[in-house]
Amino acid sequence: MSAAQRALATVLELLIGDRQADRAVPPTGFTVWLTVLTAGAMAFLAVFALALTLATGRLADRWADSLAQAVTIRISAPAEQRQAQTDAVLRILETTPGVASARALQTTEQAALLEPWLGPDLPIDRLPLPRLVEVVGDDLDAQGLRLRLAAEVPGAILDDHTRWRAPLVEAASRLRLLGWTALILIAGMLGAMVTLGAQAALAANTEVIRVLRLVGARDAYVARAFTRRFTLRALTGAAGGALLGTLAVAALPSTDAAGGFLTGLSFAGWGWLLPLLIPPFAAITAFAATRRAALRALARFE
Amino acid sequence: MSAHDCVARAAGAEEAARERRGTGYTVIELKGAGYSYGGDGILGGVNLRLDGGSFHFLTGPSGAGKTTLLKLCYGELKPSQGQVDLFGHDSRTIDRDGLARVRQRIGVVHQDCRFLDHLPMAENLSLPLTASGRESAADADSLRQLLAWVGLSHRAHALPPELSGGERQRAALARAIIMDPEVIIADEPTGNIDWEMSQRLLTLLAELNRLGKTILVATHDLALIRAAKSQVAARVLRLAGGQLQLAGSDL
Repeated sequence: MSAAQRALATVLELLIGDRQADRAVPPTGFTVWLTVLTAGAMAFLAVFALALTLATGRLADRWADSLAQAVTIRISAPAEQRQAQTDAVLRILETTPGVASARALQTTEQAALLEPWLGPDLPIDRLPLPRLVEVVGDDLDAQGLRLRLAAEVPGAILDDHTRWRAPLVEAASRLRLLGWTALILIAGMLGAMVTLGAQAALAANTEVIRVLRLVGARDAYVARAFTRRFTLRALTGAAGGALLGTLAVAALPSTDAAGGFLTGLSFAGWGWLLPLLIPPFAAITAFAATRRAALRALARFE
Repeated sequence: MSAHDCVARAAGAEEAARERRGTGYTVIELKGAGYSYGGDGILGGVNLRLDGGSFHFLTGPSGAGKTTLLKLCYGELKPSQGQVDLFGHDSRTIDRDGLARVRQRIGVVHQDCRFLDHLPMAENLSLPLTASGRESAADADSLRQLLAWVGLSHRAHALPPELSGGERQRAALARAIIMDPEVIIADEPTGNIDWEMSQRLLTLLAELNRLGKTILVATHDLALIRAAKSQVAARVLRLAGGQLQLAGSDL
């Protein structure tokens, strides 16, 4: 029998079950709710960790893309030369490869940018503010443009946002790593809790195991009675937890309503399907943990 | 008796096999086997060979190690010295699935019966069948006949704690033979049953032996051993001081 056939047979055995094996091993009260509740809580948390992981991934990509495409040219020159230098910069940009669009910000736009910090009544026309030119690039050679501006328009300084873009992207990447780490920890915790429950059930059924072995039961038969029970409990608990978690994520305020990073935690597109993977993953984790615990316990009996 | 018919039918194949290979083949053999509990040696260098179709009584004082010797014979214990062969397999090296298969060929009546208290008697009796994946409609019929023979038809749905000592002992015997084993090992099977039931039990064991089963019975009951002489050619072994001796004719 191939590995795939064996895996299929195992899944069928788990689904169909063995009524006699189930009856031979009586359920142990507290391990039932311990496993179901643990799986439910872990699945609930896993949904949020998954949402965080995906959201930070999207955020990192968006920041990296948008910042990589946009550069700003700051023109610091005496007031009487400012317009001439701005025009010179725009002419240079017209002939620079990789520039998709370029435009000088209007005074009102600059005032709007400063308003959150300096208030609405800013006398911007009396302040020696530099002119800003916004450039959207498409595979722009920023270093080449910087050198050309330095040679032809000494008052123009190109800022490709690298200085503050890199830490932002790195922060988002670390958040994504944190999300994956949380998912791994959750899986580990689920495995540990199921192992604990299985060990308690095995300890409570020592005499049952001994009798089954003495009447000729193979280890696989005895282990199956435990693994099936714990696998189905974990599957049930995780299905409930994943459903609640998904509903909670769906209930988060929308980006349009509130704006900002936190509201972007929701799933997007095919991401809504990912919580469906959590219950089977929990079941597989529980199966492996219980089988390992059962076989180790069985080794104590001849 | 219907249960006898059932046993005889189940043993038919075994009898044919016995005729083919003849008696004298060894099913269980202890070669200088010893066992010690935490350094206290209870058995030392015991030699015993159980041939197919033989009948042995094992007697001896309490604490002599009769139960320990029986456990060596069905693989619940591994010898701390010497060797025990179960159907040709060294019990020290046989793998766990192999040991399970060997146990399916040995029916054991435990001194304390060892039932699962949460299961009705009918399910307890068929446990060897279900655990080995051999349960069938015919087995369900055999179970009913066995329950009838041991007088427990009306107790099929009772839980083990609800049974008297004698009923439990009879049920344990029924469970031991439901798999149609080649060897039957009984540890004080008449300890909790009356003389009449002891005789019925002995008759069944003798019948099973005539059908080719190998029987090993540990008992204090010398009267039972004497009574058995008229029914079977049994060897009587005495275990004392950790050593096994062939008992004299004074029994």
